[in-house]
Amino acid sequence: MTDVPFVEIEDLHFTFGGREVFRGINMAIPYGRITAIMGPSGTGKTTLLKLIGGQLTPDSGRVLIDGQDVHRLSRKALFELRKRMGMLFQSGALFSDLDVFENVAFPLRVHTDLPEPMIRDLVLLKLQSVGLRGARTLTPAELSGGMARRVALARAVALDPELILYDEPFVGQDPISMGVLVELIRRLSQALELTSIVVSHDIKETLSIADYVYLISDGKVVAEGTPKSLDTHADPRVSQFVHGEPDGPVPFHYPAPDFYSDILDDATASGGHP
Amino acid sequence: MTKGIESLARWGRKGCDASESLGRAGIFLAQSAVAVPSREGLRLWLHQVYFVGVLSLAIVLVSGLFIGMVLALQGYTILVDFGAEQALGQMVALSLLRELAPVVAALLFAGRAGSALTAEIGLMKATEQLTSMEMIGVDPLRRIVAPRLWAGFVSLPILTVGFSVVGIWGGYLVGVEWLGVFEGSYWSNMQASVSFLDDVGNGIIKSLVFALVVTWIAVFQGYDLVPTSEGISRATTRTVVYSSLAVLGLDFVLTVVMFGGLS
Ligand SMILES: Nc1ncnc2c1ncn2[C@@H]1O[C@H](COP(=O)(O)OP(=O)(O)OP(=O)(O)O)[C@@H](O)[C@H]1O
Ligand SMILES: [Mg+2]
Repeated sequence: MTDVPFVEIEDLHFTFGGREVFRGINMAIPYGRITAIMGPSGTGKTTLLKLIGGQLTPDSGRVLIDGQDVHRLSRKALFELRKRMGMLFQSGALFSDLDVFENVAFPLRVHTDLPEPMIRDLVLLKLQSVGLRGARTLTPAELSGGMARRVALARAVALDPELILYDEPFVGQDPISMGVLVELIRRLSQALELTSIVVSHDIKETLSIADYVYLISDGKVVAEGTPKSLDTHADPRVSQFVHGEPDGPVPFHYPAPDFYSDILDDATASGGHP
Repeated sequence: MTKGIESLARWGRKGCDASESLGRAGIFLAQSAVAVPSREGLRLWLHQVYFVGVLSLAIVLVSGLFIGMVLALQGYTILVDFGAEQALGQMVALSLLRELAPVVAALLFAGRAGSALTAEIGLMKATEQLTSMEMIGVDPLRRIVAPRLWAGFVSLPILTVGFSVVGIWGGYLVGVEWLGVFEGSYWSNMQASVSFLDDVGNGIIKSLVFALVVTWIAVFQGYDLVPTSEGISRATTRTVVYSSLAVLGLDFVLTVVMFGGLS
């Protein structure tokens, strides 16, 4: 791809209490496109989004957004930059003391001086696009997991950000709302020229909307390319993941001692964790 | 020998940890205390004054009433031996204004409002509400912590004044209405001996200090906790324990400074 990168990640290293999560990640995320980041569970996709958003600080390496080094900005400048970003959290992370309407209105209220009728229209528009206009008076506690994530999506796009980070947007959605969300993400990206980063396990949906895909595993980028090129990738690890095969070079298990000896140990020690 | 060095190292590490978290708490206070006054800020602050202050009013006033009544009862049985029961009003008022009202109100406040603040902020942290607020470009220190900090700072001194007033009235009920101390001497002895600056003023200064310390501990414990259910319960306990100890310790220091020279 020859587009100007909007987000650049250079040689990123990050450790979580002794566990090396990233060991030199490089990415160039082009402006106005949908970039997917995929990888086995627990490889650090959420962590990567938090590094991009400046929630976590890397051990070394840089993250540049629109030319600004996220981790060298002052607190104030970082918050300014974040107004241009939207993030959909894996858990939704709605404000529990506000109802659905106020959750979506929150970014508009704090960052704009729009009159109340306009805020109302904008909020209803966003809620309509995720199919939850009728749920506006519910509190977050009254929503299902999938609904909460859709409200969170409406909130994330409330300010029409330039960059959106989606952490697992499709989890917990039925086939219909899944289709709607896929369409929504595609439309947001095309109509508004948003730069989107999608983290997801739903290979089919993700490959159908992504312009470019990074596959990370074991702290490194193991493959990258357009969805087409990954589909026919030579690396067995890549085709195992893309085609969702259980057996192959990518381990399903978190690093652990041999299963057989673990069980024998347990029998001899008669219970209790080591 | 190595054992001694090891335990020395452990103490050293504990000291380092303690001073590090004290430093973090200090930076935290400095960052959140600077609240830019705005209409929205005022609204958030009033909301918290209601939760932190108004909802603590009942427990503080009821406790004040009982403490005043008990003080009068105990004081009377001692004073009457010396034929000095006329001084009952003075005794009740001075004990309340100087010591009992600031200290007991602060302890109750730590248990009622402080623990609630810690749990509330901690739950917001555990459910990533604070993180998502940061990602929306709103600083949770300004939006969540500052209004709570200032609400606590303002509420506790007012609660303390209420505690004293109700306590003195409770003393009156027991001393005058029940035990038959002459009403005129209850009030006039009190008036003659209570100095507005030394007694009322110092009591309020004490409660301002306690208010700052208790609310600071509560919001910091909430903001700094490990975001799990166990972490929240530990932090809530820590809030009550640390603020109670801090209030009692500081009370001694402040008493020495304020009243050590009085005879
Ligand atoms: N707060 C934390 N403290 C310590 N380790 C953590 C913490 N959060 C995550 N980790 C570790 O970092 C690694 C990456 O976690 P992360 O949540 O980024 O994975 P993920 O790729 O998003 O997984 P999933 O697809 O299941 O959401 C995991 O191995 C996890 O054990
Ligand atoms: Mg994740």
